[in-house]
This record gives sequence, structure tokens and C-alpha cells, in this order.
Amino acid sequence: MSDDVIIAEGLTKVFNKHLMAVDHVNFGVKHGEIFGFLGPNGAGKTTTINMLITILKPTEGKASVLGFDIAKQSNEVRNVIGVVPQEYTADEDLTGWENVILCADLYGIPRNVANERASELLKLVELSDFKDKKVQTYSGGMRRRLELACGLVNRPKVLFLDEPTLGLDVQTRTATWEYIRKLKKEFGMTLFMTTHYLEEADALCDRIAIIDHGKIIVVGTPQDLKHSLGGDIITLSIKENADVSELISSIENVKEVKNEDGSYRIKAEYGEVTAPFVIETLRRKGYTVTKLSMTEPTLNEVYLEYTGKSMRDIEESREAFRAQRMTMMRARA
Amino acid sequence: MSKMNQHNPSMFHGTWALTKRELKKWLKEPIILLMAILQPVIWMGLFGKAMNIGNMFSVGNINLPPVIPIQGNFIIPPQSSGVNINGTALSQMFASFGPTLMKNIFGVSDYFSYMSVGMISFIVLFTTMFSGMSIVWDRRLGFLNKVLSTPVSRAAIIFSKVLNASFRAMFQATIILALAVVFGLQVSSTFNPVYVLAVYAAIFLLCLGLSSVFLALALRSTKWETQMAIVNLINLPLMFASNTFFPISQMPDWIQAIAQVNPISYLTDAIRRLTVMEFDVSAVMFDFAFLSIFAAVFSIIGIMLSWRYLTK
Repeated sequence: MSDDVIIAEGLTKVFNKHLMAVDHVNFGVKHGEIFGFLGPNGAGKTTTINMLITILKPTEGKASVLGFDIAKQSNEVRNVIGVVPQEYTADEDLTGWENVILCADLYGIPRNVANERASELLKLVELSDFKDKKVQTYSGGMRRRLELACGLVNRPKVLFLDEPTLGLDVQTRTATWEYIRKLKKEFGMTLFMTTHYLEEADALCDRIAIIDHGKIIVVGTPQDLKHSLGGDIITLSIKENADVSELISSIENVKEVKNEDGSYRIKAEYGEVTAPFVIETLRRKGYTVTKLSMTEPTLNEVYLEYTGKSMRDIEESREAFRAQRMTMMRARA
Repeated sequence: MSKMNQHNPSMFHGTWALTKRELKKWLKEPIILLMAILQPVIWMGLFGKAMNIGNMFSVGNINLPPVIPIQGNFIIPPQSSGVNINGTALSQMFASFGPTLMKNIFGVSDYFSYMSVGMISFIVLFTTMFSGMSIVWDRRLGFLNKVLSTPVSRAAIIFSKVLNASFRAMFQATIILALAVVFGLQVSSTFNPVYVLAVYAAIFLLCLGLSSVFLALALRSTKWETQMAIVNLINLPLMFASNTFFPISQMPDWIQAIAQVNPISYLTDAIRRLTVMEFDVSAVMFDFAFLSIFAAVFSIIGIMLSWRYLTK
């Protein structure tokens, strides 16, 4: 724990004296990992990130980034982190290039270094051809990539991503994940991200913390969390007319077997390893497996298990509301 | 910790970077730039020329009937038949008083010269008022949060807005001054071109103070509507309770009391004394002293509040 890049101990934020946005959370982020906060909107994800990036003061508890206390050494923290906020914060009236240079200036990076980094980063996020175009003309995916470039201009050791693919379509989202992986590899950073997309947490994060109503409910790798549900469901049928429930139950990692009219429903941990094992055992005893299928639990089931509600239901309605709000904000600008 | 990434931006570096951003935005928007130039032109043309106060006292307007009969007992010794006064002679007498009257009340002989200088204060007030709006927008669009997550000095964030407002106001003031000269501003005999530098210094001081006030008001605000309401509430009262359009000496006492602490009066007075009125060192020094104190006090308050309130 003491080697962790980000350490939070009892971190709490109360708004207006009664709204508990973040409720005594404890977690540690290991060096070089992608750590994700997964939860619905309003769960306290952005509030946590805002405290870690020193723009919100914690009401209680403490946290440190690379050993720097977020409250007492905020300037040191600011120097070593990069931030990719939820909103598109790039200045619409300026070009992509000017935006990156502006960010570099805010870190006090000398002009020659800034120029070098700006062209390198814009190339990395494939915006070199558009660098002299106003950000107004950029698509959502391009804006996201520009935010990434801005967030990396000071060569941060820890990068904070707040909902990095919010509002992007599926293809652009997948592409953005690729950029994030690429950048992480290129710079060897530790990443802290928030998301309310289950697929995103699953695809991108090494470890996730499920957060709801300001509390961390569970922390683990996506794999572990899924396995914690009791494992995968293997369904199989055999040619022979015999009850093999006992036999299957004796196999390692199998937790539960149900015979449903000759079709066996097996709940097993590490299904992808256990399934071949089951076939092998049955074959050795002279049985022939005719059909086999396996379903892995998704994070949605994990989420359902731990919070008692389906993530997707919440997501749909809030997403629509948020999209509308963003459009209105843009229109007014 | 490795020090390779530590650049620790100086206050100046950050301020200049953010100011440049604002100025770039301004210059890139040709319509806003055009409006910025047109607005003072329209104001000068309409206001300055339409309110032709100097003309009120000219010969044509004082047109008494040739013979004015006066009856009553107030002339001693009382005469039952009354007296007749030669109106034409009286008109001419008043007309010759006109310019003197103007000079005594306004300090200049034509109203256009008087108010075109006031126009500069007007522009300063309006430009600085909107500096508060821009920080509200930065907050709404998330730009402010991004800037706050960088090591840039919090004071630089406020100071860049102040500088931006000052640059804009000085740009517009330049246009006003140039146009005023074209339209017939009469500089006084004591005018010296070097005084123009002092004019800019005075404008800068007021910009510094006023934009700090409006930024401080906007620091915590997330709604531009609130900011708009504040601006609408106080702009005209601030404008009219000053010597911008009319001399303070002619106002009722309670307005005079406001006008005397209104910093806008001091800018207007300083510029008038430097350009269209008789130069008066002690009066100008006093104006500058007031403006400097105003600027110093409010920019310090603004910067202190920004430290306190930009991080929630």
C-alpha cells in the first residue's frame, strides 16, 4: 500500500453540509496500472477525481499522489499529473495547436520544448493534419484526442481521465481506448479513470472499484469481480442416458451442477479452463459430450450483484438527459 | 521525486499565456472586433452630438419678446402702470453669458468635448463589466477546472482577465479619442501630447480596479444570468452618478455623495483636465491618487478572494 501511486484514506466530500458526495473512501492505485472508478452518474466519481487533481478540497480524510499530499502540496501534485476532464475544455476559437501550446504554457514549459512536444503529441493522437484548424470544426472523437494531447503535455506520471469516452459513438469509443492504451505504453504512466460504461471498465481497466452513493462497494480486477459471482455457466449435454451430476461435481472449480432433462447447467469458476477439464473427465469415463456452451458473467451482473440494481437502466435515462444538457451548453456558447 | 518535469511556471508566464488566449479569441472574432469599434462611434455620434447642451445657451435659443411688460409692486418706487423691459437687449445679454455659463458649469465651452471624454469612462465601465462574464463561461465550459488543475498561479487566472479587459478598454478608448478629434473635440491650450500617456495610465488604473471588482463578484458564480443581472443593475447608476455626462456640482447632495466616491468620476476628471480643460497639476494628482488606491485595494481583494474561492 505504501508504494501505491495514489493513496486515499477516508476521503470524504460533503457539499452544502448535508450532501455526502464521497463517503470515506479508501483505495490505493498501484504503479503502472489503469485503475477505474465504475458507477452511475452522481455516484461521486467526478468529485473524487476533482479532489485528487486538487481542484476540490476534501471535507475529511486525506489522499496523496506520488507521495504528495493533495491538500498541503497541491502545487507539487499539479506538476506531476495530467488531467483529461469530462467536458471538452479546449478553447473552440483557438486551433488545436494553440490549445496544446496554451496548456504547455500553463505548466511553464519553455517554448522550444513546448513546440517539440506539441507536434509529437498531435502526431500521436493523429491530429497533425488538423492542428491549424479551429477546434470548432473538430468532431467529438477529435476533441477527445486533443484533450488527451493537452493532458499529456507536461509528461505526467499519473494521468486522470474523467469519463474519457462520454458521448462518443461505439467506433470512436473503441478507437479512443486504443489511443489511451498506446499513450499509456508510450509514457509508462499510471492511469486513474472514471466511467459509467461497463464495457469500458472491462476493456481498459486493470482494476476497478465499483462506487455507488459515494461509497466504494468492491475493488478488484474485472476478472476477479466476475468470478466472485460464482463463476461462469457451462451448459452441456451428453449422448449417454445417465446422470453424471456426481462426476461433474467432483471436478475442481465446479460449484454447482443441475441436471435439467439431460442438459447439465454447471456453475464453475474459471469456466474457460474448467470446461475442457469437464469434457476430458467425461470422456475418460466413456461419455461423449454432444453439446457445450459457456456464458461468462458480465460486469453488469457484477454491478447488479453488488448494488442491487442494473447499471444499464440507470445509464439509459441519465445518458439522454446529459446529452441534451451538453447540447444546450454548446448552443449557448 | 524526479525533477525533470518541474518547470514551476512564473506568475508572469502563466498570466501572459492566459491573457494571450483571451486576446486571440477577441481578435479572431471579426464581428466582435467590429462591434467594439462601432459601439463608441455610435455613442459618440448619437449622444455627443444629440445632447447639444452648449447650443442651449446660444443666441438663437434665448429669444425673448422685444418688449416684456412687468407689473407689480416689486420695483421701488412702486409704479401702478408697471415697466417695460427691452427684451431684445436682454436676449443678447444672456447670449453673451452662454459660453461663460458653459465654462463655469462644465469647464469647457462645448458639450461635445465634455462628453466625448466621458465616453472613455463609459467604455471602461462596460468592458470591465464583461470580464466577470468570461470567468463564468470558463467555469461552465470546464476550462477553469482544467486551468485550476495545472500549477499555474491562481492569481494569474484573475490577473489575465484584468489585463485582457484593460487591453480591450484601451483599444476602444484610443478609437474614441481619435474619433472625438475628428468630430470636433477641442483640446485646451494647455494640452501637451505627452499627456496622452497619462491618459492611458489613468485608464489602466481604473480597469485594474473595476475588473477586479467584477471578477470578484463572479468568482463563485456558475450562472451567467446572475452576472448579467448584477451588471444591468449597477451599470447605469454608476454611469449617471458620476461626472461622465453632467457636472457633479449641479446634482442634488445625495447623488453628489455617491459621485464623489465613484471611481469613474476620477477617471473622467483626470482625462478632462489632461485634454480638454485647463491643466491643473494638483487636481490631476489627486485623481491619480484616488485611482491608484482604488486599483490597489480592489486588485488585492480580488487576488485574495481568488485564492480563497477558486478552489472549493
